[in-house]
Amino acid sequence: MSDARIPLPFHEAAPAALEDGQLRRNLAHVTTSIRAKRADATAELPDWEALRQAGKAIKDHTLRNLGTYLRRLEARVEAAGGTVHWARDAAEANRIVRDLVAAEGVREVVKVKSMTTDEIDLNGALAEDGVVAIETDLAELIVQLAEEPSSHILVPAIHKNRAEIRRLFLEAFDLPPEALSDDPAELAGAARRFLRERFLEARVAVSGANFAVAETGTTCIVESEGNGRMCTTLPETLITVLGIEKVVPTWRDLEVFLQTLPRSSTAERMNPYTSFWTGVHGGDGPRAFHLVLLDGGRSATLADDVGRATLRCIRCSACLNVCPIYERVGGHAYGSTYPGPIGAILTPQLRGEPRDGELPYASTLCGACYDVCPVAIDIPSILVDMRRRTVDARRAERALPVGDAVDAALRGAAVAFATPRRYEAAQRLARLGQAPWVRGGVLRNLPGPLAGWSDVRDLRAIPRQAFRDWWRERGGADGEGDA
Amino acid sequence: MSGDEARDAILGAVDAATDAVRDGDPDAAHATLARDYRSVGALDGAARLDRFEGRLVDYGVDVVRLRAADVADALGARLDRRRAAHVVVPRGTPDAWRPAFAGRTTVRDDAPHDALEAADATVSGCAVAVAETGTIALDGGPGMGRRAASLLPDVHLCVVRASQVVELLPEAQARLQEAAAAGAPITWISGPSATSDIELERVAGVHGPRTLVVLLVEDA
Ligand code: SF4
Repeated sequence: MSDARIPLPFHEAAPAALEDGQLRRNLAHVTTSIRAKRADATAELPDWEALRQAGKAIKDHTLRNLGTYLRRLEARVEAAGGTVHWARDAAEANRIVRDLVAAEGVREVVKVKSMTTDEIDLNGALAEDGVVAIETDLAELIVQLAEEPSSHILVPAIHKNRAEIRRLFLEAFDLPPEALSDDPAELAGAARRFLRERFLEARVAVSGANFAVAETGTTCIVESEGNGRMCTTLPETLITVLGIEKVVPTWRDLEVFLQTLPRSSTAERMNPYTSFWTGVHGGDGPRAFHLVLLDGGRSATLADDVGRATLRCIRCSACLNVCPIYERVGGHAYGSTYPGPIGAILTPQLRGEPRDGELPYASTLCGACYDVCPVAIDIPSILVDMRRRTVDARRAERALPVGDAVDAALRGAAVAFATPRRYEAAQRLARLGQAPWVRGGVLRNLPGPLAGWSDVRDLRAIPRQAFRDWWRERGGADGEGDA
Repeated sequence: MSGDEARDAILGAVDAATDAVRDGDPDAAHATLARDYRSVGALDGAARLDRFEGRLVDYGVDVVRLRAADVADALGARLDRRRAAHVVVPRGTPDAWRPAFAGRTTVRDDAPHDALEAADATVSGCAVAVAETGTIALDGGPGMGRRAASLLPDVHLCVVRASQVVELLPEAQARLQEAAAAGAPITWISGPSATSDIELERVAGVHGPRTLVVLLVEDA
């Protein structure tokens, strides 16, 4: 299934996703159950709205004064024995990490799930040096073994059922069929034994982070399984890649986000584990800490209100779970690390590829995403604003009605997503080649910037060496049974 | 190093983009941000402990309420029940708890990783605990051990004194400010390790301790 690594534009990927019955059932299940639980978890707090407004205010303030807080963060991290690196884009960030890993002379690093490292395709970059990044979140490991991209920020393996996971594990850990049932607890146990060896062996860990505190130089990871604790504690060297928008001014500010994030994200009062570390600490944890601060299009989006509002996002995924379109098509269809409503506004601003221009149309503007957002990002208004900008840009560039035609077609897409029946009807039309917005008889032949819409297939390179091949070469599952 | 070049370019771009919206004194502006959420709890002592216990039970934590004089006995009983022969006992653990470790092999928290990995259980205290979220915070102070010690063994027994339990997260955050400013590694634990990654079925324990026992000391 190496094809799955190549993102299609939304209008091509969405129909395929809709046809995948397992994915659709699982997505419907997760989104409905998390949605209900999230509502309870937030209603339980009498001051939810005050927390939400405080989160918005803190993030807004930080982004307006980002230069001050980034400089402060850098100074504090270095005073605490860490090293700060700056990366303008994905290539620079990957280069920094590759050089650090090469200096340690290791072939394997353990990695904790991170959207930022996904965004820069760090695993692919490391693979070019023959370095394997072992994903240590259970779901990420499953997705890695299956050689598929993840389909949900929170539950990346949601498209896989237990029988499929068992088959993957039997093969990857080289177990006889009788050694493992498809009981989730047993499957988790098998992954625990496999990964424990990796944690104890690993000399280098790579992570993202949820927050960094300028005042103290503290970095923070919010997680459930304990692999974040393992990665930030056991290896000698820890490399953390952080988007520059994730800094907060003070330690106290975390009291807001660490209340709103878990309730919005997994609908829990608190996630099982939150780790905070500050540079290096004698006798406890890594001896070297590298913080890679990634711009990656963020500074360019800071200038206007819409961009700053978008950068408030704390990646909780609540907006995905309430989104009627996301529920139907899943995460793969967005062709980006960031799917769903937030992806529809974030991806075009950060990445700005021509094909991302259609993402703001993958919405019915129902407003549910705004209501749940713990930092009160008004996603529907931003979508409308971005649609307007897309159209204006095309008009300016081409002085032709083409922009209008595309816009009308894409507005058709938004309408078509509004109900499943309409969407399915649109799909049938698409197969017959009668819906220009879907297959792009119009779009495909467009010259200039719009040509990019049909020219996306080589965007993300297939990893040089597939994880399963690497694992087989490495000698298979030596970790089993002797942990 | 081209690093300085990237640094200057990024900070330059950030400064240019925010030129029109920056505050003259960011710290002063930060101090005026509205924080209309609760920062001081309203529950009295007993209700606070009840809430803390209830939250822990929801997470699948084994909670024991006891008096200070009974900690050693209770620890011993729980270690027996888990058949814990090898126990991590961090530096700074109160001497009064020592009888619980009689007849067991003990390792200190600064032992190498493989020695910690070989242990059956870890005993620790905590820095502060939050009733509303069922959270225990460890900051590496006396009796808490380095982080690997409360991570590698499969059972974690944590002794929490009633005076360490606050109602709300902001209260805990204030108590941890000094440790954070001093660069201490801090870990919040809210129930045992968990995952819902396989068909959304919640199972305890992928990587961290699968069993968390909290001994809540009511008179300390
Ligand atoms: S936009 Fe808001 S709701 Fe969506 S992931 Fe970001 S913080 Fe969460």
